Amino acid sequence: MVPFAGWVLPVHFGSQLDEHHAVRQHAGMFDVCHMRTVDVTGRGARALLRFVLANDVQKLRVPGKALYSCLLRDDGGVLDDLIVYHLAQDQFRLVVNAGTATRDIAWLQAQAEGFAVQIAPRTDLGMIAVQGPEARAKVLSLLPETVQSSAAQLQPFFALAEAEWCIARTGYTGEDGFELMLDQAALPSFWQQLLDAGVQPCGLGARDTLRLEAGMNLYGQDMDEQVSPLSSGLAWTVDLRDPARRFIGREALESEQAAGRAAQLVGLVLAGKGVLRQHQPLFAGDQSVGEVTSGGFAPTLQRSIALARIAPDAAAPLHVGIRNKRIPVTQVRPPFVRSGTVCIDPALI
Amino acid sequence: MSDIPDNLKFTTSHEWVQPAGDGTARVGITDHAQSALGDLVFVELPEAGDDLAQGDECAVVESVKAASDVFAPVSGQVVACNESLADTPEIINQEPYADGWLFSLQLSAATQLDDLLDAAAYRALCEQDEH
Repeated sequence: MVPFAGWVLPVHFGSQLDEHHAVRQHAGMFDVCHMRTVDVTGRGARALLRFVLANDVQKLRVPGKALYSCLLRDDGGVLDDLIVYHLAQDQFRLVVNAGTATRDIAWLQAQAEGFAVQIAPRTDLGMIAVQGPEARAKVLSLLPETVQSSAAQLQPFFALAEAEWCIARTGYTGEDGFELMLDQAALPSFWQQLLDAGVQPCGLGARDTLRLEAGMNLYGQDMDEQVSPLSSGLAWTVDLRDPARRFIGREALESEQAAGRAAQLVGLVLAGKGVLRQHQPLFAGDQSVGEVTSGGFAPTLQRSIALARIAPDAAAPLHVGIRNKRIPVTQVRPPFVRSGTVCIDPALI
Repeated sequence: MSDIPDNLKFTTSHEWVQPAGDGTARVGITDHAQSALGDLVFVELPEAGDDLAQGDECAVVESVKAASDVFAPVSGQVVACNESLADTPEIINQEPYADGWLFSLQLSAATQLDDLLDAAAYRALCEQDEH
């Protein structure tokens, strides 16, 4: 167990590696009650979200659709990354990180002045993520008939909210699955039912190796308020298409784009044995060109991988400094693994 | 509760030492240490011929969680390393006191063994750790 943003969370339930493989091959579940759900509702909800989020919620035309976005400061620094679900007309639900939740809510409330919105942190809700190729079938078998068929029909990155059930086909592992937001009082018995159905409980450790293989950023490591989404591999989440949408941070991002990118977030594969870790330095020749932001052992690849922030002109061959050695690394485009399938050049593993 | 064999000597930094009786001794990490580290995925060992002084950082064990230094429990010259750990570091998780040994030393100051913890003292240390 480790302390985590005011919570105490399990790193693993026995073996982090077994938990990782269970999610890639079968089904695993994560208690993610530390993630904070925040409802943004009212006639001005869409307008507020178009103003505070770097991605454009105009993409959420159909109720149920979800969108990944960064919440930015005026200077383009990333306050948080989040998923916004469009639950119904004038009803949006955000899921934000535990460590930043209090700050996010204060920020949203400050920006909401003049918008006809209510911002309601839902501390009554908890969340379980069930992930893996067998995850959906396992969850569906436990749902009441009233929601079962609509849950079965959910497309990726869609959610439903019916009665006490809020079920989203989203996740943080690179596998198919559901994230379920339920009343906290209902969670322990649902967890127990999943356990009885053969779903492997997984800790923070496996959550980290799974998301790293899937090439997904972790807030606080791969980006924070000191860097912009453009230098965090998240340019695809920044929507500049509507020139009239002057969202917070837009000007800073446009200036950064005009000046040429300062740094980029890339994937790395370690050649040979060893483990890439956060803050290890990267070199092109003798020149320092950046550092590892998230590193670890990739159980699916049986090799170490990383996300790293490097200078845009850093030329191969690249080396990483591990203790007193320089070891070659190969730059790749994440993800490393998705849906149980290796996505990088098999010659590298 | 972790396994602590009575015939070994221990350090406060969770290494074990097994004197062979011929002036050499095997070194590894304890069951308590492997359990705290979690699944091991990489081991960096010293090289045969390396001269180690007691307390030197001489190996690194890396788990899915973190890298952890191994300190020389006693002084001596490295005479053998457990090469099988290169491909199967998980042996340390499975058999920390047997096939999961790290390296063996030709002792240069055998009296240092007397200063190490015996099983009872090490058990007391681990119990403190767990509370």
